[in-house]
Amino acid sequence: MPTFVYMTRCDGCGYCVDICPSDIMHIDETTRRAYNIEPNMCWECFSCVKACPHHAIDVRGYADFAPLGHSVRVDRDEERGTIAWKIKFRDGREKEFLSPITTKPWGKHIPQLADVPAPDKSMRDSQLLFNEPKYIRMDEGDLHTLEAAGLKLKEGVYY
Amino acid sequence: MAYKTIVEDNIDILVCGAGLGGTGAAWEARFWGQDKKVVIAEKANIDRSGAVAQGLYAINCYMGTRWGENNPEDHVRYARIDLMGMVREDLLFDMARHVDSTVHQFEEWGLPLMRDPKTGAYQREGRWQIMIHGESYKPIVAEAAKKSADTIYNRICVTHLLMDESKENRVAGAVGFNVRTGNYHVFKSKTVIVAAGGASMIFKPRSVGEGAGRVWYAPWSSGSAYGLLINAGAKMTQMENRIVLARFKDGYGPVGAYFLHLKTRTQNCNGEEYESKWWPQLQEMVGKEYLDPEVSHRTHRPIPTCLRNHAFLNEVNAGRGPIHMVTMEAFQDPHLEEVGWENFLGMTVGQAVLWAATDVDPKNENPELTTSEPYVMGSHATGCGAWCSGPEDVSPPEYFWGYNRMTSVEGLFGAGDAVGGTPHAFSSGSFTEGRLAAKAACKYIDDGKADGIRVSDSQINKRKEEIYKPLEHYKIYSNEVVAGSVNPNFINPRQGLDRLQKLMDEYCGGVTVSYMTNEKLLNIGLKKMHILEEDLDKLAAEDIHELLRAWELKHRVRTAESVFQHTLFRKETRWPGYYYRGDYMKLDDKNWHHLTVSRRDPKTGEYTMEKAPCYHLVDKDEAPAEPEKAEA
Repeated sequence: MPTFVYMTRCDGCGYCVDICPSDIMHIDETTRRAYNIEPNMCWECFSCVKACPHHAIDVRGYADFAPLGHSVRVDRDEERGTIAWKIKFRDGREKEFLSPITTKPWGKHIPQLADVPAPDKSMRDSQLLFNEPKYIRMDEGDLHTLEAAGLKLKEGVYY
Repeated sequence: MAYKTIVEDNIDILVCGAGLGGTGAAWEARFWGQDKKVVIAEKANIDRSGAVAQGLYAINCYMGTRWGENNPEDHVRYARIDLMGMVREDLLFDMARHVDSTVHQFEEWGLPLMRDPKTGAYQREGRWQIMIHGESYKPIVAEAAKKSADTIYNRICVTHLLMDESKENRVAGAVGFNVRTGNYHVFKSKTVIVAAGGASMIFKPRSVGEGAGRVWYAPWSSGSAYGLLINAGAKMTQMENRIVLARFKDGYGPVGAYFLHLKTRTQNCNGEEYESKWWPQLQEMVGKEYLDPEVSHRTHRPIPTCLRNHAFLNEVNAGRGPIHMVTMEAFQDPHLEEVGWENFLGMTVGQAVLWAATDVDPKNENPELTTSEPYVMGSHATGCGAWCSGPEDVSPPEYFWGYNRMTSVEGLFGAGDAVGGTPHAFSSGSFTEGRLAAKAACKYIDDGKADGIRVSDSQINKRKEEIYKPLEHYKIYSNEVVAGSVNPNFINPRQGLDRLQKLMDEYCGGVTVSYMTNEKLLNIGLKKMHILEEDLDKLAAEDIHELLRAWELKHRVRTAESVFQHTLFRKETRWPGYYYRGDYMKLDDKNWHHLTVSRRDPKTGEYTMEKAPCYHLVDKDEAPAEPEKAEA
């Protein structure tokens, strides 16, 4: 479902150009507004639609199988941590959905690993990763090994 | 040429590609290498890049050891049977024993994971999948990577790895260009973690024209995970193991949550269950070892995904299509209906757009399913990728050469789609593999293995010339004709991609031939591939954006060549439903219970194929599932 841009809503801010994973949202040199330069490489991932501050970008179903007359609109709100969808069928029926996108405010809850105490040699030599073993089982249980599960490493079988 | 050359020197860990694998690598690298310089080179914008760009409604790999749900060895058994025995069990076990810690971290970072109100455990949609509100999955993990990397270069298309000139077969960094400025970027690095994407669109998609980008896997996943590694001379494994997916028709909407959580089922045009009808015939092809419906029923051992595809394909070919997903029952429950829709909105919005456009409401109508074109990847339910070292405490000698997830090229590591033999890693497993690779890369540097790396200016300049050649070629020849894209001296990237897709489809087993191929077809296809490669020398790019497509095409072609070579080598039909060798229709455990390993000589372009031992490290027998215990 390739994207397209409404001429009257776009102000050429370039947020869509910045985010498009497929590098297909570009600024038109004449109109100074964004547009999709390569619809057949669009994945309708809605990244640009969500990023557009003016709701200027929309999506139309791919011409090889989707008839005209529908819409799927989205409003992603980082402050409230929600995403709202409005689906309009061709025959006029509508459906609305709302989901959370994060349970915690952005920017604060992921630690800076440069600030945590550096690992010592025994940790380096072990199989553990950062915050393990605690984060594996959350009950102070150690890294899972075959032995810990009462299993013996089976001898390799060469067929 | 007007483009600047920008050199970033003294990098310790260069992460190429920052999807789930790359973000995991950058995050973990900062902990084990607090004194090290970690740099990311990403083709798009790290906030929305990779296969999870639009979100993901489930985490498909979570053990739940904390809740007593599964242990890592259970996951090895599952992935092994799903891939008909052909997996690297050491790598699978290693990923599985760490993956829960990754998921627990995600929750702490704010990713909304659903919980089962009764048990307090994460809401399962199946034995290995937990349900999430994952629209912002990628931005969340991107934040973690951004906090860890020294520098992030967005919009860099990495085209080649740099090789050390003081020691053979050792990596020394990478080069690429900025798809917006056109500048040439040189990254000199002691280690490189390739976390780029697998290959979509190397086979002809079912959709055409404007719809050509409506594929299941992201169209920007251009096989760079393989193109970069193969060109550097890394050994690859299981490249014949391409995947075909049963999905909602045209939109490619996922079926997992529908089957597992919404308890929907499929039926043929007459409203009949059809899968089980095909089991006796199929059992003759693959043997009871791999298809035993009774055992599957008793132990909850799954029927391999490819075999379910086989039943689907045969039912349709027998004239009893279309196959429908029966959604009308489940969708009468408003909660389940919401789950069904949000499942798409969170990860495959195109399916919702399609249903809106065609007035299909699954509450009132059972939607059609179909099978996709094949994909080459190493993190979903298939195991293409590099032949990598495993962890020292689990791997047998053939699988271990010192550093976890290191490829057969020194200092060159893989994660996600890049690692071969580790299917069913999905998003959480790819992030975990990135973490494992990063720790090992730090160790590699600390052990002094990366000392004395030398990269000459001539290597850097040679690559530069090579990278920009399509632009030069266009400049020289475009004025020979009045206008347009038809030119006797060049093809453009789209024309090249169309040719690749056509020949992969027809000769290597795509949708139009019902995934069928044989030795003769493969040899003709390979011959055409070589000619295509000659033409790639005359590829023309009108601007920097087309130059990006040109290099994506080159990576796709290299990946496709490897798929041809591997498919030709494995003289059996190991995965009916993914592809068929018409000349060897049966699975042949006697001769082919092996992993396939290839190496392309970077100097001559010749492939060397070999069989590698397929070690089964985990016992086959599993305790019966809970309901059986209760009955006993």
